[in-house]
Amino acid sequence: MLSSKVINESHGQDSSYFLGWQEYEKNPFHETLNPSGIVQMGLAENQLSFDLIESWLDDHPEVLGLKKNEESVFKHLALFQDYHGLPAFKIAMAKFMEKIRGSKVKFNANKMVLTAGSTSANETLMFCLANPGDAFLIPAPYYPGFDRDLKWRTGVEIVPIHCVSSNGYKITKEALEDAYERAHKLNLKVKGVLITNPSNPLGTSTTRDELDLLLTFTSAKKIHMVGDEIYSGTVFDTPEFTSVLEVAKDKNMDLDEKIHVVYSLSKDLGLPGFRVGLIYSNNEKVVSAATKMSSFGLISSQTQHLLANLLSDERFTTKYLEENRKRLRERRDRLVSGLKKAGIGCLKSNGGLFCWVDLRHLLTSNTFEAEHSLWTKIVCEVGLNISPGSSCHSDEPGWFRVCFANISDQTLEVAMDRVHGFVEAMVMNTNHGKQKRTMWDSRRRSLINKWVSKLSSVQCESER
Amino acid sequence: MVALTAAKQDQNLLSRMAAGDGHGENSAYFDGWKAYEENPFHPIDRPDGVIQMGLAENQLCGDLMRKWILEHPEASICTAEGVNHFSDIAIFQDYHGLPEFRQAVAKFMEKTRNNKVKFDPDRIVMSGGATGAHETVAFCLANPGDGFLVPTPYYPGFDRDLRWRTGVNLVPVTCHSSNGFKITVEALEAAYENARVSNIPVKGLLITNPSNPLGTTLDRDCLKSLVKFTNDKRIHLIADEIYAATTFGESEFISVAEVIEEVPDCNRDLIHIVYSLSKDMGLPGLRVGIVYSYNDRVVQIARKMSSFGLVSSQTQHLIAKMLSDDDFVDEFIRKSKLRLAARHAELTTGLDGLGIGWLKAGAGLFIWMDLRNLLKTATFDSEMELWRVIVHKVKLNVSPGGSCHCNEPGWFRVCFANMDHKTMETALERIRVFTSQLEEESLKLTKPMAAPPMVAKKKMCWQSSLRLSFKDTRRFDEGFFSPRSPVPQSPLVRAQI
Repeated sequence: MLSSKVINESHGQDSSYFLGWQEYEKNPFHETLNPSGIVQMGLAENQLSFDLIESWLDDHPEVLGLKKNEESVFKHLALFQDYHGLPAFKIAMAKFMEKIRGSKVKFNANKMVLTAGSTSANETLMFCLANPGDAFLIPAPYYPGFDRDLKWRTGVEIVPIHCVSSNGYKITKEALEDAYERAHKLNLKVKGVLITNPSNPLGTSTTRDELDLLLTFTSAKKIHMVGDEIYSGTVFDTPEFTSVLEVAKDKNMDLDEKIHVVYSLSKDLGLPGFRVGLIYSNNEKVVSAATKMSSFGLISSQTQHLLANLLSDERFTTKYLEENRKRLRERRDRLVSGLKKAGIGCLKSNGGLFCWVDLRHLLTSNTFEAEHSLWTKIVCEVGLNISPGSSCHSDEPGWFRVCFANISDQTLEVAMDRVHGFVEAMVMNTNHGKQKRTMWDSRRRSLINKWVSKLSSVQCESER
Repeated sequence: MVALTAAKQDQNLLSRMAAGDGHGENSAYFDGWKAYEENPFHPIDRPDGVIQMGLAENQLCGDLMRKWILEHPEASICTAEGVNHFSDIAIFQDYHGLPEFRQAVAKFMEKTRNNKVKFDPDRIVMSGGATGAHETVAFCLANPGDGFLVPTPYYPGFDRDLRWRTGVNLVPVTCHSSNGFKITVEALEAAYENARVSNIPVKGLLITNPSNPLGTTLDRDCLKSLVKFTNDKRIHLIADEIYAATTFGESEFISVAEVIEEVPDCNRDLIHIVYSLSKDMGLPGLRVGIVYSYNDRVVQIARKMSSFGLVSSQTQHLIAKMLSDDDFVDEFIRKSKLRLAARHAELTTGLDGLGIGWLKAGAGLFIWMDLRNLLKTATFDSEMELWRVIVHKVKLNVSPGGSCHCNEPGWFRVCFANMDHKTMETALERIRVFTSQLEEESLKLTKPMAAPPMVAKKKMCWQSSLRLSFKDTRRFDEGFFSPRSPVPQSPLVRAQI
């Protein structure tokens, strides 16, 4: 009676990534109202710089009044459903993206397609570049949402490019060739490579050498290169952010029709609710087809209008990017030092809204079962919703993505205290051996049992 | 190794979906739009430009909306009164949508159905306009290769929205002018059989009520028959009700939500409604589409799919506040209907005076105009010829019936709610001039041979491609068309006796 997309549940939202969310929503932490609730550290949102936007709005009351140059723009906006988008908005986006790249890349508004968030941009690109049954190679670990966004309704497959902690997760030629071969063995036609730069979940930006290698590879194989650069404005440390388009320019490939970039304002500006995404492509046919497809998810004209005004203010955007990066770095440093005190290390990051945390030493065995067991303890007992590496398709158990930009300083303190307490208790348990059961231990066991049975039966309904 | 030609390389580089023309925009239908875009009418700047009568938009009540927004600064997150909500709204991306938004939309849907039905806010799923809603419903109910039955004529956009990325087929249910384009059980059964013979598993029936392009509403008996048909065949019924509040005059809109209460043993898991604020509120730019399903599983999955086209939280916030204002909403709906009725009357009175027929209907933002007697031959080629004359010479962009899959050439959809009074006057004047030129040509041909005039008149060479006898062949078939009588009893009822 229903389509196979409905019956098969191939939306990917039953993964642990989403289940942790559900539990958070049942028992969310609040400093005063629910201090023992679960702290949300699985949400890659940037909530650090709203005050800057709010104060800009205070200074620009005319943006809403719907009056522009003494004429009401309301009627125009209410009726504006042209999938080419508000010209002023696209131009402002182009300028903003250029600023983030230190003006090393120029963006032409005519090569831009507006979409309802990067979720829609990524799906639309797959519909345009690949047929059902084709494959895209993606460096793992990767954002769990890709399993839905890239595969669900498109029928496209993802073949992971294995990256390992031993070399800092660098993308190597061997790993690329290996992934390509594996796809071939599975009878999958590879249509392209998609990277997230800076990486989610790693928080590291792709180096110039890696980008060069990737472009050489995709060019030789005559396949597409998609750079999901939605975190480009969050790079707060060296090495500075390098866009795939910058390296393409250096290689005289800047007009190459197989290179595409995805962008969004959800992370850099912290505006995920507004659903602002885009595809940037040199390929006219892709722009043309994707523009038509954007009818299925256009950006509200009201939102385009607000953001066109906001982003056209060059002084504001310069100040915002600088201050935002500073706050992200401070917050990252606080998380890293807090974890370090507990003897926990992280991958050295230079961007993003999260850290890739190493908890391998806390695993009872080097397996994903042990990782899952550790994760349930952390969510249920410690009360932190973090994302297990397996949900990000990590090859090695024991790594977790921990977000830091969606909570207040005080909440971060609480989270760190809990981590310290947990690690101490684990150390205690190890020292005292299994015979000495503490009350805490049996409580933990019963909570885990309750938790595991909940996880296996519950249907996740929350958004990421 | 043989090098690939550039074209073949292109083919391999993009998906079949992107390389093909499933988007439907290569159809001649868009030539009218292009003509308009190249030379848009403006009363002062471009008085000879093309008047846009192919765009079904409700532009008559923008003033009411604007006034409300200015009086309610708290509904915006950009004002001093509303900015304290800014950060909460800006981060809100939950695909359940703001609860107050869903409640307000549910209430609005009830009001536009005269409060005869209740809508559950928890069944409201967001989508990127009705465009996104239709595609989502198709993804949920059908697999590639399956089919939906759709009564003709229908909205041309369905070819893209329901088929392009989903791989679903549309199987026409042919409706005829001879009975006012009513949907008959015979036509439904014939379409179902056609699909079977073509090996297309039918998964549902899609109706648009009120109809685009006809502007008619389905009466209660007809709706019940449709529900019974789909229930018996165990296929889905999708009711596109985006024009629910655009009824005026004597027309009564009855929602499928009301009718399912009256059909015993109706399996509600098969019933789904597509809704939007683009037509009823005249807000297409805000992209507010809704999937409302009585099937829990469909609600669940459509909600997950809504991630691909959520309504901007800024817009949800504004709409939640606006639609919660009962006095404003009641006043808006009332005034909108009055203004639609007035503009509709202006157009139809003008056409009546010129002897041009139109399908009697009391809803929508357009009329279904009858120009069959202007066709040289009763063919779609002739229709296209006539249409080109209307677009390029008369300079009105109207939609030819062929683009709406009408089975009979000569019908045109003409929109009236997207222009002001003066533009409407100009449009009617152009039609008047056009028809009088046709009559002149007709009279000239029937006169006895006379000495050629001293001054050669400017020859309207395009007129020779039209049938010239116009005035005497006005159609008054069976009371379905203007200028007389109400719509007779539904043929579906007669068929059951």
